[in-house]
Amino acid sequence: MTDMSDLTATQRFHALANPARFMALTERLVWPLGAVTGLLIAAGVYFALFASPPDYQQGETVRIMYVHVPSAWLGMLGYMVMAGASLIALVFRHPLADVCAKSAAPIGAAFCFLALVTGSLWGRPMWGTWWVWDARLTSMLILLFLYLGYIALWATIEEPARAARAAAVLALVGSINVPIIHYSVVWWNTLHQPASVFRIGGPAIAASMLLPLMLMALGFTFFFATLLVMRMRAEILRRRVRVLRLAKAEG
Amino acid sequence: MQAFLDMGGYAGFVWPAYAVVAVVMAALVIASVNDLKRQRRLLAALEPGEGKRKRAAARDGASSASSGA
Repeated sequence: MTDMSDLTATQRFHALANPARFMALTERLVWPLGAVTGLLIAAGVYFALFASPPDYQQGETVRIMYVHVPSAWLGMLGYMVMAGASLIALVFRHPLADVCAKSAAPIGAAFCFLALVTGSLWGRPMWGTWWVWDARLTSMLILLFLYLGYIALWATIEEPARAARAAAVLALVGSINVPIIHYSVVWWNTLHQPASVFRIGGPAIAASMLLPLMLMALGFTFFFATLLVMRMRAEILRRRVRVLRLAKAEG
Repeated sequence: MQAFLDMGGYAGFVWPAYAVVAVVMAALVIASVNDLKRQRRLLAALEPGEGKRKRAAARDGASSASSGA
């Protein structure tokens, strides 16, 4: 086996593209990633539920923010990973790219769903309604449908190479929705409040609330990474099983 | 404790929000772990694992050594 440091950037890119090498590199990665995830989320939940103050306007419902906002971020991040990997799959034919895109989809879809549900549970007491058809909520619902369509497309087409191409095109076309979600609260009048963390002029949120929010966001991100690696490993094995079965059926 | 569980009167919104997040995240973990295990099992059934192959090679080597091959 060659030492990675001797390789050029392109060679390293192709070396990492090798599914066997990916399997070897990630074998001992899942448990440490899982442990960091557990610690971050445990600390995040402690600060979110016990060691942070209620909001002066929203009272205790502000605690919903600590699960709602990270879920929404992950719903968007998942789509960006999926669309980015799809682009790499189409342009560079990186053999792990569509494995990555396919594996990211159910995780992103789950967080998108959680953002919608927790948002609804927060909206009822604060806005007086479970749902409104405004720009932010509607574009987030479209994101969920894009995820579901992408997953359905993979499930429909039997041959992985063909499924990957069709799904990648869908993911790329749908990626127009991601900036729409982000700027929806700026471009249109909406009940949803504008960004209070990633904004010009820095976060407009008290440090006592920013800490649990950041811990949860980081914990959710590690959760995403852990599951993504696990699902990619399972997907690589699934394809190996498929190839071996086909070979057996022919031989 | 009662005040904590009451969440300032918003218990009916705060706790379900945390519960649904916990349930969905747990379901994701369980589904992913099970799928990984399943694929490992299927693959092991199709191709003899490294350990098995080595043991088989050692056994064959020992038996063939006596026959002079």
